[in-house]
Amino acid sequence: MSRAALLVLADGRFPAGGHAHSGGAEAAVRAGRITGGASLEEFCRGRLHTAGLVAASLAAAAVLGVRVGELDAAADARTPSPALRAVARKLGRQLMRAARATWPSDELDAVAREFPKGAHQPLVLGLAARAAGLGALDAAHCAAYESVSGPASAVVRLLSLDPFEATGVLARLAPEVDRVADRAVEAARGVVAEGVGVLPAASAPLLEIGAEGHAGWGVRLFAS
Amino acid sequence: MHLDHSHDTPSALGADARRPDGSRRALRIGLGGPVGSGKTATVAALCRALRQELSLAVVTNDIYTREDAEFLLREAVLPPERITAVETGACPHTAIRDDISANLEAVEDLEDEVGPLDLILVESGGDNLTATFSKGLVDAQIFVIDVAGGDDIPRKGGPGVTTADLLVVNKTDLAPYVGSDLGRMAADAKAQRAELPVVFQSLRTGDGVKDVAAWVRAQLAVWTA
Ligand SMILES: Nc1nc2c(ncn2[C@@H]2O[C@H](COP(=O)(O)OP(=O)(O)OP(=O)(O)O)[C@@H](O)[C@H]2O)c(=O)[nH]1
Ligand SMILES: [Mg+2]
Repeated sequence: MSRAALLVLADGRFPAGGHAHSGGAEAAVRAGRITGGASLEEFCRGRLHTAGLVAASLAAAAVLGVRVGELDAAADARTPSPALRAVARKLGRQLMRAARATWPSDELDAVAREFPKGAHQPLVLGLAARAAGLGALDAAHCAAYESVSGPASAVVRLLSLDPFEATGVLARLAPEVDRVADRAVEAARGVVAEGVGVLPAASAPLLEIGAEGHAGWGVRLFAS
Repeated sequence: MHLDHSHDTPSALGADARRPDGSRRALRIGLGGPVGSGKTATVAALCRALRQELSLAVVTNDIYTREDAEFLLREAVLPPERITAVETGACPHTAIRDDISANLEAVEDLEDEVGPLDLILVESGGDNLTATFSKGLVDAQIFVIDVAGGDDIPRKGGPGVTTADLLVVNKTDLAPYVGSDLGRMAADAKAQRAELPVVFQSLRTGDGVKDVAAWVRAQLAVWTA
């Protein structure tokens, strides 16, 4: 296993389409829920322990070899908002392209064939990690970190927030990201033994509702 | 659904000239340049000039609205299913250069859904003079500037002006009103670009429109040769 492969996959510049998405931050900014560094931190913390935990568990389970079709259905069931399900598949498709180009593998090709319009992004992330020779904990870290790094960089653009402040938020959340990744791997091991029913189903209703509203805006900076 | 998405072959990865079913994909031409220089108007003019002879589609990259796509729809330059808008997350150059995933998906979906296509025009959101398209996304690029943005832009150069396969200096009809010296712009462009072509265009008078269309036809002839 190569440690540096994790850096390649986790790099915000990894070309998998994430830059056009705010992880719900644009809707939260408009609703007045994010106004600066402190409220960004609260937003990210909430996202990390809900959507982030679910994503990290899906990613870890994919690395452990749980069937992709089952994970994809479980991800659908844990994503009430149709807009967010569409975004997850779109990003999954884009990540699949980048991963296949970066770490060619028969397994990725097979899943690309099975899901031509995209599987949920976190499980594609898990498969990409697997193709890169990484482990379940690596994939969980990636997914958990992405759940907060996306909103943080979007808020730098949306509010002209001081980038040092946004990065400080991420640094303060780092120990919690570690804990979420650990929990996710534990959950993923449970899935191997007991099936996808035991995957975490933590949800953030405001993220789901906000995404539905956002999808209908005529003017917006981010695609979600 | 096209063969591309059959269960035999996974979808394409990037700029490969062949689609997974072995057929040649459409030629992709990018149009970039500063805000308001006339990119959408040039796309519309190209569609009108070429749509009788070629199977065309357009991808727009609006920065925070769907205005470019809506303008093209309103003007009915192509049927609506041939026009797709990509959302760029406040960063147009990222979407055409550093992370082209959403644009690649858009061009491939167009080929699947309305193909076969000869030509796909990809319009960037208005950006700065350094914004160029990735070779992973387009086969050739047009950089559109206008005379009203200042006649010193060709002299300033930058990747768009210097390296684009075609430089279009648009809105020449406005030159007398904004005091732009077209001769100087031509000389500076020549100095920056050596043998690379430049077209002076006005979409008001129609000057140059034919030359841009002829350049596109020539690109296509090379592509299909
Ligand atoms: N006078 C004059 N106006 C033009 C010409 N070409 C375009 N325009 C006008 O310039 C304005 C901007 O044109 P667009 O085609 O929307 O420019 P754009 O580069 O696509 O703009 P963005 O996508 O917003 O960056 C519109 O009002 C056009 O009608 C021209 O040759 N002469
Ligand atoms: Mg435009």
